[in-house]
Amino acid sequence: MSESQDLTGAEDTPQPGDREQITLINVRQGSFGALGDTSGFDGLVTPVMMPGASERPYGEWFDGVVDVLEELLGDDAAAAIEHVVVDRGELTLHIAREHLLAVARHLRDDQDLRFEMCLGVSGVHYPADERPLHAVYPMQSITHNRRLRLEVAVTDADPHVPSLTGIYPMNNWHERETWDFFGIVFDGHPSLARIEMPDDWVGHPQRKDYPLGGIPVEYKGAEIPSPDNRRQYR
Amino acid sequence: MTQTAPQATGAFVDDPDAPEYSAYGGDWSEIAEEAERLAQQRIVVNMGPQHPSTHGVLRVMLELEGEIVKEARAGIGYLHTGIEKNMEYRTWTQGVTFCSRMDYVASMAQEAVYCMGIEKLLGITDDVPERANILRVLMLELTRIGSHLVAVGTGGNEMGATTVMTTAFIAREDTFRIAEMISGLRTNNAYIRPGGVAQDAPEGTVAYIRELIPQIKQKLDELADLQLENPIFKGRLKGVANLDLAGCMALGITGPILRSAGLPYDVRKAEPYFGYETYDFQVPTSTDGDAYSRVVLRMEECYESLKIVAQCCDRLEATEGQPVMVADKKIAWPAQLSVGSDGQGNSLDHIRHIMGESMESLIHHFKLVTEGFKVPAGQVYAATEGPKGLLGVHLVSDGGTKPWRAHFRDPGFNNLQALSILTEGGQVADVVVAIATIDMVLGGVDR
Repeated sequence: MSESQDLTGAEDTPQPGDREQITLINVRQGSFGALGDTSGFDGLVTPVMMPGASERPYGEWFDGVVDVLEELLGDDAAAAIEHVVVDRGELTLHIAREHLLAVARHLRDDQDLRFEMCLGVSGVHYPADERPLHAVYPMQSITHNRRLRLEVAVTDADPHVPSLTGIYPMNNWHERETWDFFGIVFDGHPSLARIEMPDDWVGHPQRKDYPLGGIPVEYKGAEIPSPDNRRQYR
Repeated sequence: MTQTAPQATGAFVDDPDAPEYSAYGGDWSEIAEEAERLAQQRIVVNMGPQHPSTHGVLRVMLELEGEIVKEARAGIGYLHTGIEKNMEYRTWTQGVTFCSRMDYVASMAQEAVYCMGIEKLLGITDDVPERANILRVLMLELTRIGSHLVAVGTGGNEMGATTVMTTAFIAREDTFRIAEMISGLRTNNAYIRPGGVAQDAPEGTVAYIRELIPQIKQKLDELADLQLENPIFKGRLKGVANLDLAGCMALGITGPILRSAGLPYDVRKAEPYFGYETYDFQVPTSTDGDAYSRVVLRMEECYESLKIVAQCCDRLEATEGQPVMVADKKIAWPAQLSVGSDGQGNSLDHIRHIMGESMESLIHHFKLVTEGFKVPAGQVYAATEGPKGLLGVHLVSDGGTKPWRAHFRDPGFNNLQALSILTEGGQVADVVVAIATIDMVLGGVDR
């Protein structure tokens, strides 16, 4: 732990004005993680943001990759790459979904980019964000030994993202999983069926509004509530 | 959310008039007669979900013409336990216990990549003490040997060679003995923790490992002698379940299958973690791209791992007494575990200290253990070379004490996609070989 970081304080979250804010992860209420105490802090509302957009220079090899990509995208570059975030030594490109296929194709095919593998797609649900459903694609370049991340955000009302299976066939099952768990619809997927949950399952279990489930358990006379009903120290 | 959502797989055969046979065991001759009477060329066989060769519960849907597999599809999800969702309701540290149970044949591989992700989020990667990293490498390599031995052993068993399995499991048991001595548990160890490892290796560990290495090596030799020149074994595996490099790249295959196609890609070499760049080991490859070469590669990797284990022993001796957890008391687990007369638990010295001597220590212990530590908001991706391929984790923190999202890229999940390409056009008997060569564990695939 470097000394400049304070884990206990509010300094965790980048302050507004530092960087352009992108994703609202969560809105936290109260001060101690649990509501209903007598401290009076229950009224405290703290938005928690993802680390915001970065300014050039991005450092390491990041500038080069973004330059090449912008050049290949031409006039679409500004619309396609919504934000560039460099955080903890990792590069994240926020991509507009209309341009995802073009971006992925360039990433795979250009000799200076050559991200041969897409390591799947991880869904993330940020209910408080204006575009709550995020599809996160880690891209791996074996040639250049680099990794970057593409992030596409969509709304609940229109949860469509183009499927990458045409460019990265390996993403077939990963997209099915993300559809299954988050309800993101990957347009153009050859068979977007549920993969982990039963075929007739209703709902998308890894969304934040989907309960974990579980039953209270009696232990030595005391009743222990199920994990999602316990006091949460967030 | 649109309601016209795509539905899951329809009937495997579209023709509603297609005859259906249900086997309940013991009625095979009736089914065969009926099939003969109807004289259908193409039949659909549902293999699993509880077939012994499926490494968990995998369902394979096969469309056959005689003995030839025309189409093969894998159906998974039978072992889905919602581990990733559960992890969102536990502290970062408790998550270790959950992810350990994903691919239960390679428990510590998941723990390691998960902790690597947390450390990256916290920015403490460089603060993890050297001895902790040595212990991690030691455990990861033992895990790799254990996992490969299961792959090779059960693969042999599935083809009818029980001795291959028993020999492999005897050797694997030795790797468990070392893991048990250090962590207290054979599997599902929850040993690798954010910031280090749960406890230091007890006295005599190095000597014990040195005693077992030749024993494991001898069993590996035995296994190699049993299999690699056996004409039946070669007949069953050579040229079976082929996948070339282009196929591997299209399907995102990593691990021994990718290396069997000729690409020496190993995350331990490409992006070294836990100090792997300082160890002397080779990455075996082959260009045959068949099931046989993958068995050979797994065996060779076991020998390489043993080399690393031996190097870990020397380093453990050199770092005797050094810490195995980060110095930051806001993150480090407050107590070391110890073995008492009633089993393993918090060390008695620690209990005495917090219960009898220092109220502040008690508060600190309570806060850290029940509430957990906070992780600054953000997301990371960490990748390691698991026994089965590239094992990745995507972690998102909302600045709280629990993961906002933890997603694991299990190599088995990705690699199982290759089942169709490995089996279609081949013999139905080779499906079992193909499944064994992918070496996925359904606990990890389904999570």
